[in-house]
Amino acid sequence: MSEISLPKIIPAEARTGIPAGSRTLITIDNLSLYYGASKALKNINLSLGERVVTAFIGPSGCGKSTLLRCLNRMNDLIDNVRIEGAVKIGGHDIYHSDVDVIELRKRVGMVFQKSNPFPKSIFENVAYGLRLHGLRDKSTLASSVEESLRGAALWDEVKDRLHSSALGLSGGQQQRLCIARAIAIKPEIILMDEPASALDPIATARVEELILELKQNFTIVIVTHNMQQAARISDFTAFFYIGELVEFDATTKVFTNPAKKQTEDYVTGRFG
Amino acid sequence: MDNHFEIGLDGLRQKLLTMASHTETAVNQALQALIQRDFQLAVTVKESDHIIDQFEVEIDDLVIQLLTKAPLATNLRLVTVAMKIAQNLERIGDEASKIAKRAVELSQEPPLRIHLDLTRLASLALDMLKAALDAFVHRDSTAARAVIPRDREVDALNKEIHRILVQHMVENPGTIGRCLHLMVVSKSLERIADHATNVAEDVVYLCEAQDIRHTGAKGPPVV
Repeated sequence: MSEISLPKIIPAEARTGIPAGSRTLITIDNLSLYYGASKALKNINLSLGERVVTAFIGPSGCGKSTLLRCLNRMNDLIDNVRIEGAVKIGGHDIYHSDVDVIELRKRVGMVFQKSNPFPKSIFENVAYGLRLHGLRDKSTLASSVEESLRGAALWDEVKDRLHSSALGLSGGQQQRLCIARAIAIKPEIILMDEPASALDPIATARVEELILELKQNFTIVIVTHNMQQAARISDFTAFFYIGELVEFDATTKVFTNPAKKQTEDYVTGRFG
Repeated sequence: MDNHFEIGLDGLRQKLLTMASHTETAVNQALQALIQRDFQLAVTVKESDHIIDQFEVEIDDLVIQLLTKAPLATNLRLVTVAMKIAQNLERIGDEASKIAKRAVELSQEPPLRIHLDLTRLASLALDMLKAALDAFVHRDSTAARAVIPRDREVDALNKEIHRILVQHMVENPGTIGRCLHLMVVSKSLERIADHATNVAEDVVYLCEAQDIRHTGAKGPPVV
């Protein structure tokens, strides 16, 4: 009698994309943020896992980008901003007075909505951060640039024109170049603020594929207005409304059966 | 004012309910044709099955259109559940057609002198279907859950009818052909109850986002 071959049972963590034993990397502890007298973030408590993609969603003005910028102290650059509470990365409060902000931003890279390559060559865009951090050796620089461009799924498209201006790349390529620039200095965390909102569907799909590959090595937090994008690429989703964290859960749960009515109303397009 | 997506969802709901109404009518008429030995009605039911099939095709098409708009949360569950309910209704239509086909055959032969509770079986199955569809309309997961254990009673009655028919065939070999037709009818009614159970399970998923299929949620067997 021939043997019946049964389908292999897939462990739950493989289905959800959450690595078994993933630990918390970022802890946001009772965080509030004020722009002058206005409280833009209200007592946020949130723990984000290592090497997972977490999406921040919510209507405009809900505080999701503000919170994202708290994670590498980009808000320090804005006048009149005051913060209460703590943000811990690997257990250390990044707002502690002895924290070197430059070093922090090396650990926590950022990619913005609009691609912002330097008006330099493709090679120099990626090499810039490495040089800034003291790397001088030409062959090491070249191999790091190649590694980063490969990591950002751009190498094959630019390997023959590394010394051409980055400004000659398409919008999608420029955004992937910015991702290559961010990963060149080997951060632990990459923050992305609507990284694909200015891209066409093909370029968007490339960036999304890239995000799914990058999470093997990096922890990614992404702000997006595109809920289908959040559903496609994130493992966890946090929904914010008027400065408050309304709901945080596995993305599948948030998009099939949200616990809070406000989340349900937002994801089904009833408001926002 | 409802947005275009809500209007599309409402259209889907309406079409599904119209399909359900056609399906219930088909089962009722098939049984009526069987009991009243109404050849013409049985033929009509058989020939009307394509209407229910067409509803399934149209509902699938609407579902695909709505899925391209990437619904989420309750909307996502409603759209996927509608597709599954339509499939169950189409299968119920097929069972009605099977019953009608047997009614055509039986109407041309002498009636059997045998007491079978086919009317009760039909009434149990149709009540389950109606209750499951009402639960869908009212998004009532408690009512949907209450439908599921009733399938046990249907199974038990179908088994009993089979037992009586087997015994009758042993004792009256000349009736085997007609008894087999009635066995098929009984089995079809039992399948209708199974499909009603599926619809009820889908309604529970729609309301609670809980997949209760294959979890033993039918409850204890009827003794």
